[in-house]
Amino acid sequence: MTPTVRKDRRDDGRPIVQEASTREERMAARVAAWRDRWDRQSKRDIDFTSTSSMEVAPIYTPVDLADNDPVDDIGVPGEYPYTRGVYDSMYRTRLWTMRQFAGFATAEETNERYHFLLDHGQTGLSVAFDLPTLMGYDSDHPMSEGEVGVCGVAIDSLADMETLFRGIPLDQVSTSMTINGPAIIFLALYVAVAEEQGVSPDKLRGTLQTDILKEYIAQKEWLFPPEPHLKIIVDMMAWCADNAPKWHPISISGYHIREAGSTAVQELAFTLADGFTYVEEGIRAGLDVDRFAPRLSFFWNAHNDFFEEVAKYRAARRIWARHMKERYGAKEPRSLLMRFHTQTAGCSLTEQQPENNIVRTAIQALAGVMGGTQSLHTNSMDETYALPTEKAVKIALRTQQVIAYESGVANVIDPLGGSYYVEALTDRMEAEAEAYFRQIEGLGGVVAGIEEGFFQRELASAASRYQEEIDARRRVIVGVNEFIEQDERLEIPILRIDPRYEREQCDRVRELRAKRDDAKYQTAMVRLRQAIQEEQNLMQPVLDAVRSYATVGEIVELMRDEYGTWREPSIF
Amino acid sequence: MTEQKIRVLVGKPGLDGHDRGAKVVAAALRDAGMEVVYTGLHQTPEGIVETALQEDVDVIALSILSGAHMTLLPRVLELMQEAEMNDVLLTGGGIISKDDMQALAEMGVGQLFGPGTATGEIVEYIENWVNDRGAKVGTTS
Amino acid sequence: MAGLLERFVRGDRRALARALTWIEDQQPGFEQLLHATHAGLGRAFRVGVTGPPGAGKSTLTEKFVLLCRRRDQKVAVLAVDPSSPFTGGALLGDRIRMQDLTLDDGVFIRSMASRGRLGGLATTSLEAADLLEAFGFDVVVHETVGVGQTERDIVSAADTTVVVLVPESGDAVQTMKAGLMEIADVFVVNKADRPGAENLERALTATLGLKPRADREWNPPIVRTVAVEGEGIEELAAAIDAHRTHCHKSGVLIAKQRARSAERVRDLVARRVDAHVWQESGGEKMLERALDRIRDGDATPYSVADEIVAAIGFDSGLVLPGKEQREGA
Repeated sequence: MTPTVRKDRRDDGRPIVQEASTREERMAARVAAWRDRWDRQSKRDIDFTSTSSMEVAPIYTPVDLADNDPVDDIGVPGEYPYTRGVYDSMYRTRLWTMRQFAGFATAEETNERYHFLLDHGQTGLSVAFDLPTLMGYDSDHPMSEGEVGVCGVAIDSLADMETLFRGIPLDQVSTSMTINGPAIIFLALYVAVAEEQGVSPDKLRGTLQTDILKEYIAQKEWLFPPEPHLKIIVDMMAWCADNAPKWHPISISGYHIREAGSTAVQELAFTLADGFTYVEEGIRAGLDVDRFAPRLSFFWNAHNDFFEEVAKYRAARRIWARHMKERYGAKEPRSLLMRFHTQTAGCSLTEQQPENNIVRTAIQALAGVMGGTQSLHTNSMDETYALPTEKAVKIALRTQQVIAYESGVANVIDPLGGSYYVEALTDRMEAEAEAYFRQIEGLGGVVAGIEEGFFQRELASAASRYQEEIDARRRVIVGVNEFIEQDERLEIPILRIDPRYEREQCDRVRELRAKRDDAKYQTAMVRLRQAIQEEQNLMQPVLDAVRSYATVGEIVELMRDEYGTWREPSIF
Repeated sequence: MTEQKIRVLVGKPGLDGHDRGAKVVAAALRDAGMEVVYTGLHQTPEGIVETALQEDVDVIALSILSGAHMTLLPRVLELMQEAEMNDVLLTGGGIISKDDMQALAEMGVGQLFGPGTATGEIVEYIENWVNDRGAKVGTTS
Repeated sequence: MAGLLERFVRGDRRALARALTWIEDQQPGFEQLLHATHAGLGRAFRVGVTGPPGAGKSTLTEKFVLLCRRRDQKVAVLAVDPSSPFTGGALLGDRIRMQDLTLDDGVFIRSMASRGRLGGLATTSLEAADLLEAFGFDVVVHETVGVGQTERDIVSAADTTVVVLVPESGDAVQTMKAGLMEIADVFVVNKADRPGAENLERALTATLGLKPRADREWNPPIVRTVAVEGEGIEELAAAIDAHRTHCHKSGVLIAKQRARSAERVRDLVARRVDAHVWQESGGEKMLERALDRIRDGDATPYSVADEIVAAIGFDSGLVLPGKEQREGA
């Protein structure tokens, strides 16, 4: 790609750049001349790298896009390879869904918070569960002590789920549930609550996270070894394809991979590799790719580096479309669409000067919108302390509304498309992701990579590098290693979870076990065990189990008993 | 020949799986010349204290981001006292409010570090604590 | 030391832990401690577990220990990870895979940093094993660093050495063929449910067949396991038992223990002579002074070594030509 510049000399012997013939050559010559001048300038003493420690050039020009085909690589929205967006009209037809993740204490308290958010203009629900629920332990299990209702809402059985959605018609909201290991149980619980409201599964809209691969890679909330988890996920994909066509049974998540310390490229590559694995599992189980692929959705992080993030979403759309079409033979256009939810980066929030987090979140949210997200969660400024207060949550929601209605960015589709920088970065991230795909394939696939500790090692070293850069002040974090305020006084209120909720929840689940119809419960559990042993689709037996008021912990325990447990590899 | 190394247990009690901080700190302590016993996730207070005892560590450093610190840290401390581990420091970090840090310090927990702490600060704290404590009981003849 | 020793003898696990630190740090007096506890030796069986990284050594060790516990044996594990040659620090992560053992008071696990030793064990692994044996453990398991090279140290430390391989380590078998054959008493093909397990077993069998063996010589068996599932652990234990019986009958066990004692004495003598020559008899100072002479060509490293050992009354008997010349001049 070396540009040919014909040089000559003047009479006085000084070199001159002669008029080159083509426009490309003229541009290359101008860039080369600029670089000469740029080299002579003094520079600030700091690393000019992205948030992901990636070197970036001081300027991008058409020279960087010499290999980019504006028709095949960029194109137009709603058309393969979807770099500019998955829909023809994007936000002019419909703004993104403003979906604030919420849940704390008991189903009762969380239900009140949902009503508050819906009254303030939120358009979708997003359930945060507490750790015991995420890990499949009932509230009265010894491992749950001190954790009940702390990070989210505690749900032990159908009874709690009924309370959680009381007064909320499930055919009119879309609900996102962030749960992975016990996801099939929560699909069943949601279907069962809807049933009681008289709403059939085909009317349900929403998403379950269900993405177990990123749990092994990043968030570490698995219940069993990878194989049975993957089998259950295929069961869910098959059941939803037949019964709940508007439901997204899985949200393939890069968010937690990024939170665990990855770079933007690692988030992109590992998440898409996870996605390909689910597709391969579905195909291997005999499902038609066009039957389940349209319901796969994604969940990305939005970190501080604005352009890097925008390029990441654009690259993700293009890579997904290309692989789905070329590698997995998908024919339905809807199978090629990488639709996604975005959450601003929790790991970017600082404990110091917490109000600054409002600004960080606004920049990150803007990146999500400029990247064409379908829904967005903005973090609250106080989340490095505890669960957010109502005031902080409201500011976070208002941030989205300011972007949507005041900034003007929603008027134009993919407004950064054609930016030399963003297009070059999109191409580069795609190329680097492809290099990771080859490496993962060489390891024997994602599951083999997990068992070997490959992803975990990559993340740990990226996280250490990031911290070293901050410690050495080669990367500035406002309020943390520069612009520090001594004797900072905390001026934001902290939400505390009263320990009495834990006691009440424990009492509730014990009472439920004592009062339910035991014969019905026993029958359902025997049937479930049999289904596991016979490797049947588990959705119907799990549905019967939750209807019999079997608790989440009881169902998971039975499954652990059949499937075994899993322990992380040592990566040091 | 004599070579005393600072030994530190780094672990995550409770159910939360966010081990980014624990791993970054473990690597930083290693790079500062310490021997770090990394226990991984989902540790019970009983398991942590028994491991600390077998490994004869100088310091137990726990990372808790789930908000369960007011249950888990006092329990670890209580078990340490039962095992007469009076010359071992209990420290850690995570999402812990200043008020809670204060309350835990009054119980006898060492300094706790929030998000955004430079790893050098943690290394220095541990080195100073071990220097102040002096040699372990029973290791000088 | 007396207090610690007394608590140790009473079976106080905390005293054991502290005594191990003492030995690991080579604190003054650690040799007395080993001397005082030496009478307790002679009953434990020592098993070495070695193999390339990712072969599943820790998981296999955990399952083996659980089986020993079902047989009512008390077990100690010494798991070694490498120390950084630059900082001296280490990350000891083997316990992650052995969590089911933590709260069993018939089990004691100690993670050790190699502290500069290269052969797969820690500098004081053997001494630590002695202490654990003296404390009353029936089985002591050495788990080596597992850097992928042949770790010969384990042969002298263990009565039975188990080499763990996985289907992916086929290449390693090729490159470490000779070394593996020398150290393995039992081969384990772990993760045997994966493709390639049969090929690995065939390659091992073929390589084993190459080595000529006397009639009653031990022929290392190959055991297939899936350690995470606990499969093949009974068979592994049986193979270890068989090797133990073989060693007992053939006198190999006694020979190994004798060799271990001899090695220990040699080590100690070397260490003491070392200290005597360099510190107590002023060898270090003599060396310092001689360096300039070596630079100026008035002496050679060989003649200086001679002078230093002569200072402790030792005559190497070597006749160095330079010495004669200088004397003649």
